[in-house]
Amino acid sequence: MRDLESPANSVTREAISIANLEYTWPGAEHPTLYLPKLQVDCGESVFLRGASGSGKSTLLSLLAGILAAPPGSVSILETDMASLSARRRDSFRANHIGIVFQQFNLIPFLTVGQNLRLAARFTGRSGQPVEQRSVELLESLQLSPSLLLRQADQLSVGQQQRVAIARAFINQPEIILADEPTSALDADAKDHFVQLLLSIRETTGCAVVFASHDNSLAGHFETVVALADINKVNASALVKDKMEAS
Amino acid sequence: MFEVALSSLWSRRGSVVLTLASLTISMAIVIGVEHVRAQAESSFVRTVSEVDLLVGARTSQVNLLLYSVFRIGNATNNIQWQSYQDIISRPGIAWSIPFSLGDSHRGYRVLGTNNDYFEYFRYGDSEPLRLTSGEAFNSPLHAVIGSEVANTLGYETGAEIIIAHGLGNTSFVNHDNLPFTVSGILAPTGTPVDRTIHVSLQGYEAIHLGFRDGVQVAALSPQADDPALAELQPTQITAILLGLETPMAVFALQRAINNYPAEPLTAILPAVALGELWQIIGTLENLLQVISILVLTASLLGLSTMLLSSLRERRRELALYRAIGARPSFIVWLIELEGLAMMAVAAVCGYLLVVLGFGLTQGWLSETYALVIEAWPSSPGIWLYMGGAMLAAILLSLIPALVAYSRSLGQSLLSQ
Repeated sequence: MRDLESPANSVTREAISIANLEYTWPGAEHPTLYLPKLQVDCGESVFLRGASGSGKSTLLSLLAGILAAPPGSVSILETDMASLSARRRDSFRANHIGIVFQQFNLIPFLTVGQNLRLAARFTGRSGQPVEQRSVELLESLQLSPSLLLRQADQLSVGQQQRVAIARAFINQPEIILADEPTSALDADAKDHFVQLLLSIRETTGCAVVFASHDNSLAGHFETVVALADINKVNASALVKDKMEAS
Repeated sequence: MFEVALSSLWSRRGSVVLTLASLTISMAIVIGVEHVRAQAESSFVRTVSEVDLLVGARTSQVNLLLYSVFRIGNATNNIQWQSYQDIISRPGIAWSIPFSLGDSHRGYRVLGTNNDYFEYFRYGDSEPLRLTSGEAFNSPLHAVIGSEVANTLGYETGAEIIIAHGLGNTSFVNHDNLPFTVSGILAPTGTPVDRTIHVSLQGYEAIHLGFRDGVQVAALSPQADDPALAELQPTQITAILLGLETPMAVFALQRAINNYPAEPLTAILPAVALGELWQIIGTLENLLQVISILVLTASLLGLSTMLLSSLRERRRELALYRAIGARPSFIVWLIELEGLAMMAVAAVCGYLLVVLGFGLTQGWLSETYALVIEAWPSSPGIWLYMGGAMLAAILLSLIPALVAYSRSLGQSLLSQ
């Protein structure tokens, strides 16, 4: 990820490109976000540092296409998100973006296998290739394939977070968005988690945006960006809006 | 998606089971009421056919219909034999069937009549009575039994039966000096005929001959082989069914009988009386129907409430579907499917509950209330109610589904 000062590498394909993104929550007086410019290349790993309430979730929602960004402000894989219908945005997300949350990554009453199949289903994939990829992903995440038949809420938190990585990668996306995925893990598990995530990224070559407030993990990433530095919205107005919006 | 909906319901099985129970019970009530209504109506209308006039001692038309045709309750008075002879000898009468009632055999009513009964009596769509085995009376001590009597008591032709004086399962006074022989068994009709033991008027008279003040006096009682039995003439009968040559004459004859000088008599048109009786019962049934629908509505609202309140605990689950690429419509369908699946299960369970209930009480209902209820409901009204319940479930699940839909639209991706 590069902010205004660093010139973009013109050879590499752009995974994420933001230009003059301003987002105001419905009903709020002031915008939550104003990002003049931000770019992530395919295959790049980015550590996005930001405290809670800094607009991180809003930014990731805009990148994932759950919130509608103004036209021309957010391009994912060189597609202007605003040019897609809501329907197409959902299927675009299923096909190209994998998401890992802080917790509650899996549908608790489904098995691990069903969780992975469900994610694949939203892209129209099913059957043997999905099963095979599920097993491969679990193995590369150092999880036993026998977990496929276990109900998700019977797994430990660490296992659930690793299954979440498998779920994020099941559709071979170009972009992974992770929002505080390690905050429920202990210190050792955090590093291990980040290493696993980045090692799978290397084999698939997708871009990772890893949002966290925990600076100790920043060293694993190629690029480190502080949201507070690039978000040009007045900080005090931001906090006020956040309170009103929630 | 079906897999997800079912797993989701299973994960909340506590509240799901309670909602299901409530839906099942109300479905069973709706189906049960409709089933009884349809069955009662059809068995009502089928009970008697082609009879122009029904004559009995002076009473209300509903009462006369009940005791003579449905064999519920007792006659208040009888018709003198002389009056009977007089009425049937009038011009324009095509056929007549005499009825003598008042005795029973192991809980089944005994009807004294003659062979005209088997020739002229019609039920349903003018269907005649048919014997599955044996023959009609050709001796005063012959009996022809209905199909249910034969099945329940295990009688075949040639069996001997002893008739009890009065009604009821246990009687202290039996006409055991003159046993009847089963000469024929009737095919099932689905009417009170199935539960009736038919004997000849002479036989019926004979067993009462030796009676004085409700006690059998052996010396006065005739012997079974007495040839004079066949010549016995009853002194009175309970009711007469009349068929006329031209239906036009029915009102004149009715008036004549109602004004019969020798004794107070009532002549009724069975169809009119059936209508009146059905109106009395129909009001009650309509009320029951309305109540059952209200009960079902309450349960359906409970279903909607349960789905709606589950949205709170499912907030993150629903956000997650969206995050992994589900369209908002997926969430609508998921919740719709959950509501519909519960309604479908409840409809099937409710139906089976009704089958079980009527299967167990069938015998008792037919004996006590002369209601012949099939165990398996199949009237079109029931499928209509089931379809209506499904439709209502779809509509009421739409409330939580749309709430979830609208929430999922404006939601931030990671609002955990």
